[in-house]
Amino acid sequence: MPERDRITSTDVAHVARLACLDLTDEEVEEYTVQLRDVLEYADVVAALDTAGIPPTAHPLPLVNALREDEPRPSLDRDEVLAMAPEVENGRFRVPRILGEAP
Amino acid sequence: MAESPASWETVVGLEVHCELRTETKLFCGCRNAFGEEPNTNVCPVCLGLPGSLPVLNRRAVELAMAIGEALHCEIRPSLFHRKNYFYPDMPKDYQVSQYDEPINVDGWLELPDGTRIGIVRAHMEEDTGKSTHMGGGGRIHDAAYSLVDYNRAGVPLVEIVSHPELRSGEQARQYVSELRAILVATGASDGKMEEGSLRVDANVSVRPAGSDAYGTRCEVKNLNSLRSLGRAIEHEAIRQARVWEAGDVVKQETRHWDEANDRTVAGRSKEEANDYRYFPEPDLLPLAPSEEWLARVRSSLPPMPAARRARLAELAGTEPREVATVVDLQLDHLVLAAADAGADANLAVRRVTNEVAADPVRARQLDAADFAKLVLLEAKGALTPTQAKQVLAEMLDGGGDPEAIARDRGFEAMDLGALTTVLDQAIAAHPDEWERLRDGDQKLMGFFVGQVMKATRGQADGRAVSALLRQRGR
Repeated sequence: MPERDRITSTDVAHVARLACLDLTDEEVEEYTVQLRDVLEYADVVAALDTAGIPPTAHPLPLVNALREDEPRPSLDRDEVLAMAPEVENGRFRVPRILGEAP
Repeated sequence: MAESPASWETVVGLEVHCELRTETKLFCGCRNAFGEEPNTNVCPVCLGLPGSLPVLNRRAVELAMAIGEALHCEIRPSLFHRKNYFYPDMPKDYQVSQYDEPINVDGWLELPDGTRIGIVRAHMEEDTGKSTHMGGGGRIHDAAYSLVDYNRAGVPLVEIVSHPELRSGEQARQYVSELRAILVATGASDGKMEEGSLRVDANVSVRPAGSDAYGTRCEVKNLNSLRSLGRAIEHEAIRQARVWEAGDVVKQETRHWDEANDRTVAGRSKEEANDYRYFPEPDLLPLAPSEEWLARVRSSLPPMPAARRARLAELAGTEPREVATVVDLQLDHLVLAAADAGADANLAVRRVTNEVAADPVRARQLDAADFAKLVLLEAKGALTPTQAKQVLAEMLDGGGDPEAIARDRGFEAMDLGALTTVLDQAIAAHPDEWERLRDGDQKLMGFFVGQVMKATRGQADGRAVSALLRQRGR
């Protein structure tokens, strides 16, 4: 892998933040090494000449797996809400949201 | 509506989210319904419970293809991706959407004035749940907590993205109005902006008139009517122009339209926009509609609004914009029935536009054959315009045969003899006015027609009275 494409600790810290993972500096360093090793496996594939070969979207040789537009029973609401830590008026109650919907 | 300063050009691109009118959600068999008890249409798939697997809804794909076809898009093989983010409106922590391989690309929409607006893409995705912010006046920043209903999570959407080719709030309004009519015609949407089944975000920027460069854009949200769309864009353009003119820099950000105060307010800054870490959804296979399937969708498409306007305008001998109301309200069948019955299509258009359209709900129950009959009666002079309107009002109220209604009301065309008698009485009662009319004061025509109308309680045909007056006056 060319040096400029190598994963850095900055990349790992950024992805960890996006995934809401709280990593220590030591963990960031550790995962940077591990992820770098994982990505180096990809170099084996990257070395192949893939010019003119369409990208593989899915390992299965199938398309158009569809179902008919027919309703099926939903879950019982009490059962659903029983899974939540907090409930109010038939809705899931969540802590105040900072920021806005994407 | 406020004008943008002449030295600035407004540039607008729109993103329109259209909820598809399917029976069920995009990836599960939960019902797609508005206004039901919260969290009653949910299952392991749309709640994102571990181990659940999505299966794509065939009807949703067909409606997406119909939209692509109606917008002259290229309909292509497509893929679904996961758009990852943490927010309680999606319990899975991602939204399934089409990213770099959308189903529809490169289309266009023609505005009623003939301007073509390019469509970048129209892709499929799932809707999110609905949050209600509690406390702090319902505003997200001041709320104490939020409540979430997942009935809407997983409802199929098509997002239609235009090129930034719109140049004013009014043009954006026309675009959405036409798009809505097209979406309703394809059967894909109920077009109800007020229920959120059609949602519009506007990317707005300004640039010095004559420039080809794009200025920094702001995304304006919360545009839930055609009126607020037009006004929000005009106000946002003026705000940006003032920022530039003051020597400041417009920041790229999301802004919300504040209808009550006629302004947009800053929201999340786009520079901090999330990195959504899109990756292909491993639980869904690629979509590749066959030529046969595409041909079936294409052949089942009904005529689009522009074609319907052209047809009615041709029948009625008017401009297409004059029949726009008829098409917007899906009342074409009334005019077509009248024309088929040999009645005056122009009169039919006027009766639909002026009388029937005033009550769109009842209008849909109006029997087309009865309407055609009414137009015929008016056209041949058996009913005066005033009488025809009264009969039509009763038809809209409870339906019925216009001839029977006219008979019950005693609306019989007055024969010439009876009309002459009434006119003679009017002349005898107003000799001075009659003298002035004979001397050429044409304003007195209206006076005498009015007198006869009054005496006959609107039953006389105004045109017949005018004709009689002209004969007498000679």
